[in-house]
Amino acid sequence: MLDLVISTVTQGLIYALISFGVYIIYSILDFPDLSVDGSFPLGAAVTAVLLTRGVNPYLTLPAAIAAGALAGLSTGLIHVKLHVRDLLAGIITMTALFSINLQIAGSNLTVERATDTIFTAEPTMAVFGGLSLLGRKLAVAFLLTLAVKLGLDAYLRTKSGLLLRAVGDNGTLVTALARDRGSVKILGLTLSNALVALAGCVVCHEQRSFSATMGTGQVVFGLATVIIGVTLFRRLRFVRGTTAVIVGSILYKTCIQVAISLGLPANLLKLITALLFLLVLVLSGRKGEEIIHA
Amino acid sequence: MLEIQKITKVYNAGTVTENRLFSDFSLTVDDGQFVSVVGGNGSGKTSLLNIICGTIPAESGDVLVDGQSISRQKDYQRCASMGRVYQNPALGTCPNLTMLENLSLADNKGRPFGLSRGVSKTRGAYFREQLAALGLGLEDKLNVKMGSLSGGQRQAVALLMATLTPLRFLILDEHTAALDPKTAEIIMALTDRIVREKRLTAVMVTHNLRYAAEYGDRILMLDRGRIVLDRAGQEKRDTSAEELFQLFSRAALDCG
Repeated sequence: MLDLVISTVTQGLIYALISFGVYIIYSILDFPDLSVDGSFPLGAAVTAVLLTRGVNPYLTLPAAIAAGALAGLSTGLIHVKLHVRDLLAGIITMTALFSINLQIAGSNLTVERATDTIFTAEPTMAVFGGLSLLGRKLAVAFLLTLAVKLGLDAYLRTKSGLLLRAVGDNGTLVTALARDRGSVKILGLTLSNALVALAGCVVCHEQRSFSATMGTGQVVFGLATVIIGVTLFRRLRFVRGTTAVIVGSILYKTCIQVAISLGLPANLLKLITALLFLLVLVLSGRKGEEIIHA
Repeated sequence: MLEIQKITKVYNAGTVTENRLFSDFSLTVDDGQFVSVVGGNGSGKTSLLNIICGTIPAESGDVLVDGQSISRQKDYQRCASMGRVYQNPALGTCPNLTMLENLSLADNKGRPFGLSRGVSKTRGAYFREQLAALGLGLEDKLNVKMGSLSGGQRQAVALLMATLTPLRFLILDEHTAALDPKTAEIIMALTDRIVREKRLTAVMVTHNLRYAAEYGDRILMLDRGRIVLDRAGQEKRDTSAEELFQLFSRAALDCG
């Protein structure tokens, strides 16, 4: 039972990286970006290939981030430079990535037991060697998510971060500040898809596999966690949006875990994901029209 | 000096609803001039501002600053030397950012938006002083979200933000039209003070003929894309709101 709790919390912490990305795009940038469903498996594909080739597992993190950033950049360029509607720009990137991911990985990939991951390689072993694999996963996921959260919080307080928050809030003001709002949007999309690909990378380390369809429903997951988090902590101003979505992510993964424990067939998982999202939307009273700003 | 040379602007070109608003429209605004533009709906006031700011393109003609064409510059590039205040108070500020964050953004205009602190602690006193000068008691609300302020308060902050960093041209797009009469009065007096203090060149579109008569040193009346009245200097000072109203009614009658 304890093992189950630990692994569920670990899942929540890892997937919170998706929530960060979705939080930036949907909540701060106000951009309905579907490329998330493609950049998540992209991060996993890059990671799986590098791991099977014997690359240092820690190097897969920056590699996945770079790949995700490229995906976000392309969505941004398609939208801003080619003037394609935001929703369609994301769909185009997502669709293209499905093939690109398969091209990168060759096919669905499994990373062998003997291959080291970020949970089994040095220096993780030096620090958390005394813990079980499950414990190490929790510790590493916690530290990684915490580091990203603190970094993101710090970034959102910089001038660049302030401008990013402004562009989703009132684009006219950004123009008035003599800044190209298109460039700011591209920056936001690049950043958020980089985070989502990082999530894909860590998930690949955790479950030792990549599958082409693992991205399906990740946008919905991310949105649900953002709405849960933001709604729960609406009245608590001192809780940052990034903290709120971590809690949202853990809660969400717990709900799914409970459903599985109750004997839910795996084939129904996405259905439950969708219904849970609908429930969250209706209960939070937001109906997806305005998911703005924690 | 701001020059608009031989502008042509056609809406819905080639359709039955084609509307040729400006043909060979020209206007020169001298440095330091405060121009009020009045005219009925569809007379081209807002289109004129949009063409100056680059929000909409003109079919032909040129916009020049000090003899240099700015027609190829994008709207955000032109904003480097221009400030604009809109009719809708929500357009001038970010509702979900605090007043301090809003002012910090405006304060950084013209400089890079990099990875240094977005909100400078040392600028707080300066912002408070600027807000106190508005006389609306806003100086104690630096950490309040902009969206929770009233329309008048937001417009005052929008005006302050638009003119916080050095600029040459202030574009006022019916910026008192959405405010109650008392607040409109305050914002108008504030506008006049800022334009004088900072020696700005201002173009103000307004539906309020009294403001047009009272403020500024030049008045333009537009009717279907043509200038039907252009008074400056003593002639402008002698123009009363009543006279403007009569001229305005005549123009409106001509229009049918």
